[in-house]
Amino acid sequence: MKIRSQVGMVLNLDKCIGCHTCSITCKNVWTSREGMEYAWFNNVETKPGIGYPKEWENQDKWNGGWVRNRDGSINPKIGGKFRVLANIFANPDLPEIDDYYEPFDFDYQHLHTAPLGKHQPTARPRSLISGKRMEKIEWGPNWEEILGTEFKKRSADRNFDNIQKDIYGEFENTFMMYLPRLCEHCLNPTCAAACPSGAIYKREEDGIVLIDQEKCRGWRMCVSGCPYKKIYFNWKSGKSEKCIFCYPRIEAGQPTVCSETCVGRIRYLGVLLYDADRILEVASTESEQDLYKKQLEIFLDPHDPAVIAQARKDGIPDSVIEAAQQSPVYKLAVDWQLALPLHPEYRTLPMVWYVPPLSPIQSAVEAGHVGMNGIIPDVDSLRIPVKYLANLLTAGDEAPVLLALKRLLAMRAYKRAQIVEGFDDQQTLDDVGLTALQVEDMYRYLAIANYEDRYVIPTAHREEAMSEVFAERGGCGFSFGNGCSTGESDINLFGTKKTTRRDVIQTVQVWEK
Amino acid sequence: MNINTLLFGLYPYLALLVCVVGCWARYDREQYSWKAGSSQILRTRGMRLASNAFHVGILFVLAGHLVGLLTPEFIYHHVISTPNKQLLAMVSGGLFGGICFIGLTMLIHRRFSDPRVRASSSFSDLLVLVLLYAQLILGLSTIFASSHHMDGSVMVMLANWAQSLVILQPMEAAASIAPVSLVYKLHVFLGMTLFLIFPFTRLVHIVSGLAAPVKYLLRNYQIVRQKRAS
Repeated sequence: MKIRSQVGMVLNLDKCIGCHTCSITCKNVWTSREGMEYAWFNNVETKPGIGYPKEWENQDKWNGGWVRNRDGSINPKIGGKFRVLANIFANPDLPEIDDYYEPFDFDYQHLHTAPLGKHQPTARPRSLISGKRMEKIEWGPNWEEILGTEFKKRSADRNFDNIQKDIYGEFENTFMMYLPRLCEHCLNPTCAAACPSGAIYKREEDGIVLIDQEKCRGWRMCVSGCPYKKIYFNWKSGKSEKCIFCYPRIEAGQPTVCSETCVGRIRYLGVLLYDADRILEVASTESEQDLYKKQLEIFLDPHDPAVIAQARKDGIPDSVIEAAQQSPVYKLAVDWQLALPLHPEYRTLPMVWYVPPLSPIQSAVEAGHVGMNGIIPDVDSLRIPVKYLANLLTAGDEAPVLLALKRLLAMRAYKRAQIVEGFDDQQTLDDVGLTALQVEDMYRYLAIANYEDRYVIPTAHREEAMSEVFAERGGCGFSFGNGCSTGESDINLFGTKKTTRRDVIQTVQVWEK
Repeated sequence: MNINTLLFGLYPYLALLVCVVGCWARYDREQYSWKAGSSQILRTRGMRLASNAFHVGILFVLAGHLVGLLTPEFIYHHVISTPNKQLLAMVSGGLFGGICFIGLTMLIHRRFSDPRVRASSSFSDLLVLVLLYAQLILGLSTIFASSHHMDGSVMVMLANWAQSLVILQPMEAAASIAPVSLVYKLHVFLGMTLFLIFPFTRLVHIVSGLAAPVKYLLRNYQIVRQKRAS
């Protein structure tokens, strides 16, 4: 056993209101640069829908994630090492920018400079890539917002597999959910496996998966390898970039920007201890539907004395072990089994998990599509949203989704009985295998969701990595290589384009005179 | 010192020196700029044929030059005679040069005509393509020049030039290449110039392209880094 720690994330989809604050704050901090305008480290999709980039879940098309071979071994779906290298000149599995969307800005300055005329001046769109006028914007990062576009297009959503789409069509107006997505910081990332340069690595201390920008040579295989399409090729720098899980904040014990700014308080961050020796074995599990259960097994009980002893032996600081014991992620994913992984069938062992939303069930109840079991809606009678959620979160296995939904409903019923009617509804809890103590805890974490409960992040022990801490004083922070400065002069011997300067169109634009 | 010695005795060393020192400096100081510079994400159409044809063609041609120029006569005579070696070079170079020509023509058209690719290109991206194109056309035209003298004598002179350079005999090198016709000299001069600009362009990705597969095939799929000094 080799114990490693990871800061994982859980998103409570039941409370997501689809406000996109996470996406915007993330973009403002990390990707508001030329070359990365089209990239959203965090985006929020309306489901059902094909998502961003288009049909990212369709691995018959994009070949992301891993495949299990007949002999029980696994290799990236884009191919083994020789095939990856053979495709290095032209990657057949690479999305084009139009699969995301062509980034654009508007000629706002024209509103100031337009001559007096009969009509109101307009700010027309302009491509941020070619700098040319765009007559029509065909697609955007969130084109399907609140079920935009027609159902026929959205029904290409792969989570409809094994669901009769026409029957689903009847639920069209009642079933909708938001899915905020970011890098999953997988235990078994395909992006890292596909990188010919070996530039992508997982950090031992917090599990954050990063791309070494110095080592990346822009072979763009990681973009294809990642089944979540959460690696973006920066067309200006020629390097791939991805969500960095706000590691400078995590190291300081602060939540990521997307978590910090979430107005719905849906995000949780906490430490999970896992057995690194079992990653390959778990990722190679034969049945796709068993992957979720097997991944649960890899997480270790932070209260178990044997685990604590081994963790100390493997160099995990006590502060991290203590954080693991109070981890909201451990409670939601392992203790209560409310949170489920996103597409475990990709075999990447993702580490950003989701509590399935009750809203589709709630709206179905209001529309009269579902029966009641006492005061609790009869979830079993609502096959379609459950199957859809199962395709999204458990490789199609409905049992874990049903259990999570029932537990959420039971918590509501129990607290309602307790507060409104003044009695403890023990029967409801027994039906879903929860104790009163657990439900009080669930209520505290899910309904109250205090800041200190949602984010339990141990500060990184940076000092251990340095021989002389004092020497680091006054060093430079985040930079794009070449030390702290990108230079004063506009001329660069090696043709490096300045990351902070716009070359295609100017930030302040004067177009038509 | 006459112009011939300057261009074919001295210039090659200058070009190689700039290439080596420049690459060293760029790798050490500006590794963030060291990249393949792919624009496939902006426009995929046609890349499968164009890029593969160009790369496969040029890699073979480069390998052919390396082996052809630097293998001493007394070694290859065990396997092949001089006239036959020239014939082999003409046929294989013509074939892969032709493949490369198709790819490069498509890539140049794409680079200059596609608004997205054009806008994201730097001056050096355009320069490299134009120089490679000129060099390829010069190289292909030497095939026609060579067909007038099938005895391999010019090929031997060029090989002597290259081998003299390797053993640090610039005067001998310049003397070896002096009698060959202009098209060969232009080809050689432009080739040296490509070495000269190598570190300042995207050409540096050739080095990574040769090194990466070795490391990739030998390493584990997953890489873990630890902060702790172990």
